[in-house]
Amino acid sequence: MPRLAGTLIVLLTFILLWQGFHLLVGSSAIASPLQTVVKLGSLLGTGEFWLNISETMRAFVAAFLLSLLGGISLGIVLGVRKLAGNVAEPILTTLYSIPKVVLYPLVLLCFGLGISAKIAFGVMHGLIPITLFSMNAIRQMKPVYRRTSQVMRLSPSQSAFTVILPAILPEIISGVRLGFSLTLLGVLIGEMFASQRGLGFLLTSAINLGQIDTIMAIALLLTVFAVSCNSLMMLFNRQLTHR
Amino acid sequence: MSEKWLRLIVVATMILLVELLCRVGVIPRMVMLAPSQMVVELAEILRTGQFSADIRTTFTNIAISTALSIVLGFVAGLIIYSLPALRHALEPLLASYYAVPTFVFYPIFITLFGVGSASIIAIAVLLAVVSMITATLNGLDRIPRVLRKTAQIYRMSRAKTALLVELPATLPYLFTGVKLSVAYSFIGVIASEFILSGAGIGYAIAYAYNLFENGHMYALILLVLVTVTIVNTILNMIDRRLQARRQR
Repeated sequence: MPRLAGTLIVLLTFILLWQGFHLLVGSSAIASPLQTVVKLGSLLGTGEFWLNISETMRAFVAAFLLSLLGGISLGIVLGVRKLAGNVAEPILTTLYSIPKVVLYPLVLLCFGLGISAKIAFGVMHGLIPITLFSMNAIRQMKPVYRRTSQVMRLSPSQSAFTVILPAILPEIISGVRLGFSLTLLGVLIGEMFASQRGLGFLLTSAINLGQIDTIMAIALLLTVFAVSCNSLMMLFNRQLTHR
Repeated sequence: MSEKWLRLIVVATMILLVELLCRVGVIPRMVMLAPSQMVVELAEILRTGQFSADIRTTFTNIAISTALSIVLGFVAGLIIYSLPALRHALEPLLASYYAVPTFVFYPIFITLFGVGSASIIAIAVLLAVVSMITATLNGLDRIPRVLRKTAQIYRMSRAKTALLVELPATLPYLFTGVKLSVAYSFIGVIASEFILSGAGIGYAIAYAYNLFENGHMYALILLVLVTVTIVNTILNMIDRRLQARRQR
């Protein structure tokens, strides 16, 4: 509990700093915390805003599911096949550190303007970290687990679901956490560059119109969403490891 | 060694496949140039110097933001490490930091610093600095106790201990932070230029895309890919050497 109190104090300090900054540079440059929350409230009251949220969410959920399925299955294959894994790993880490924005024009030319380009771009961001983490989870699993399941003569499906999956789950969740936020980032960047709908589009149009309170309200909404999903996954992971 | 060759063969086969598909016309010229044409286009723009100013701007910004995030991250890591109460409070926030889509704050920096290098560097530092902080904390946590005890036995001063014992012991971990800072600075700078800026490689790519100038666009994309791959390979080589030293 004192840990939580400390975090709360840090958050409060952050809000105070935000307010102080706002007073320093004026409300045309930075909206105050109160203004931002009020603006977010009024935005959430309009139907149009919800249309944009659902547009972003549709692309995000599709991209995240694809990254999840693709990443975990690819990671398991590369983890089990040692040679394939060793060959693929440096290629994957290089792909991971490439600024993928430069490939967005290629994605747009392949998929056209629309939701499929956003989904593809989100998958490009999310797939690799999930693959890398799943692969390492399998590789670093203690050999004794596999041997024990052999000694107990478990069938392949039994050993997969009762031994291997629980053993690698914490690692995989760490990968999924990273993949989650990167997929969201990918979808948002896609919307900011070329899109007519979605939260990213709202951000770019707010920039062009100079509506600082709208920008900050959307930033706040996305931050709260991403951080709470992340915390939930961390909580779930902690419960798994403390079992 | 054989793995290295296999990797080379895999990558070469993929490039050749794309080349073939482009030449045959399965991938239309409007969508993608053949890799060999990209190389020709890249040589052309490097020779004419058409984008030299943009290229210089981008790499300067990347260098500045890498240096800033390494120094700031290291110093912040030291401060947080020496104040356990602060660390306890910050840790949950650091753990979920990368969940925040940082680019969302780019517009705010634009209103503060204007459209230009300053706000681009700010967003790249914001993206990169936390990985350096985490790496510093991680490295300081893992100094074996025996090293500090040995330093005490030799009656080394605090400064000497820090310089001769603690710094070399944390170096492999710090380097992981450096590696991530470089990668995130690349991503931060080029993505910001791409979304909203008036200069730099990212801007030039977006501009060429809007004008359907596929030649320029793919030349610049290739430039970024090649640079990142080379930088990444060099950093990985140094990293592997440092890790090997740690295990000795």
